[in-house]
Amino acid sequence: MFLRPLVLALLLAVVSAPSAWADERGQAKKQVEFGIQVAQRGLWKEAIYRWERAAQLDPTYAAAFNNLAVAYEHEGQLAKARDAYEKALRLEPNNSLVRQNYDLFKEINDRAAQKDGR
Amino acid sequence: MTARLRKTAGSLVLALIAVLTACTSYTEIPIETPIQPKLDVSPFQRIFIAGFIAGANDDVDANMETVRLLRSQLRNKGVMRVIDADTLPLMDIARQQNGADGTAAPVPDQQAVQPPQDDKPPVINDEKDLEQYQHIFANTAYWKKIGEEYQQPLIVTGSILFAPQQRSGFVQREQESYDPFGRRVVTPVRTYMERKGFVLRPTFVFIDGRTGETLHSETFREEVLYNANQQTPALSSYFELMDRLLPAFLNTLSAQKIKGTRTLLK
Repeated sequence: MFLRPLVLALLLAVVSAPSAWADERGQAKKQVEFGIQVAQRGLWKEAIYRWERAAQLDPTYAAAFNNLAVAYEHEGQLAKARDAYEKALRLEPNNSLVRQNYDLFKEINDRAAQKDGR
Repeated sequence: MTARLRKTAGSLVLALIAVLTACTSYTEIPIETPIQPKLDVSPFQRIFIAGFIAGANDDVDANMETVRLLRSQLRNKGVMRVIDADTLPLMDIARQQNGADGTAAPVPDQQAVQPPQDDKPPVINDEKDLEQYQHIFANTAYWKKIGEEYQQPLIVTGSILFAPQQRSGFVQREQESYDPFGRRVVTPVRTYMERKGFVLRPTFVFIDGRTGETLHSETFREEVLYNANQQTPALSSYFELMDRLLPAFLNTLSAQKIKGTRTLLK
């Protein structure tokens, strides 16, 4: 008798979990798309804000981290860019577009590191 | 039946392509990554390209060409005020500092140094030949004196080796052909080639004109090879090679933006 509400609650949680996840992904996707629009107009700071928001909403969304990395790179924040690229690659290790971005980034980052004697 | 199956399969493939395209939507975007300069040049208002120890090519005066090129590039950049003064006769000074017995002579007065009248200009063919002059860059008393003379600028000096080179071996090149349908096909082929060209190996030394101490030193190496039949003037090769390393040189003194393209994902 006592178990019935508990089972019901659990069932409800299991059933609603994917829809909550879909909702977060949907919101994150909107932020990502808006971020792309503003980045294309050169408003990189606003784009960073949007993509950071997307990454908070859905920490499993590789595109948000990839875009964030690109924006950090554009702003010269190379350490942050590296972290974001690595996070994106951990989430989607086989994503060739993220890999390509990361390889191009590394080329520049290594050059900068060489200059700093790091 | 078979036609209907084929039609269904075709529709499925199209639908799959449409779904895949929607899933992998991306946008390419140009970016400019700022790279911070290596040296903090804020204490300096002026920069003096003092000259270089150079050799190895009769057709190109690598010392004078480099001085001219760097001065004009720095003027265009407007990083600091570029001092327009005669270059220092570094090889003669280095030889005088060495002394006949190999011991360092006292700091010479730059104006008093006279190139030997009867001697031919010394030959510098490789890095080993340059070694005997390298000690001049570590002579802090000398550079401090130069610094005082020019209101304590940032001094840029060093050595430049610009030498011809010849190499032969297999190289990969792309061969263009057309298939029976008239489409252009490019295939890589390996061919044996005799090639000649030049190697440029400059070392830039940045000296603090207030103390005479070396702040930073950087060596680059660039080479270019052409088909042995191609006649390329040494001077144009020199500029081609300098063009490649100028961004790195300028980035030592000022921030630089590296242009590129990245992919944004949806």
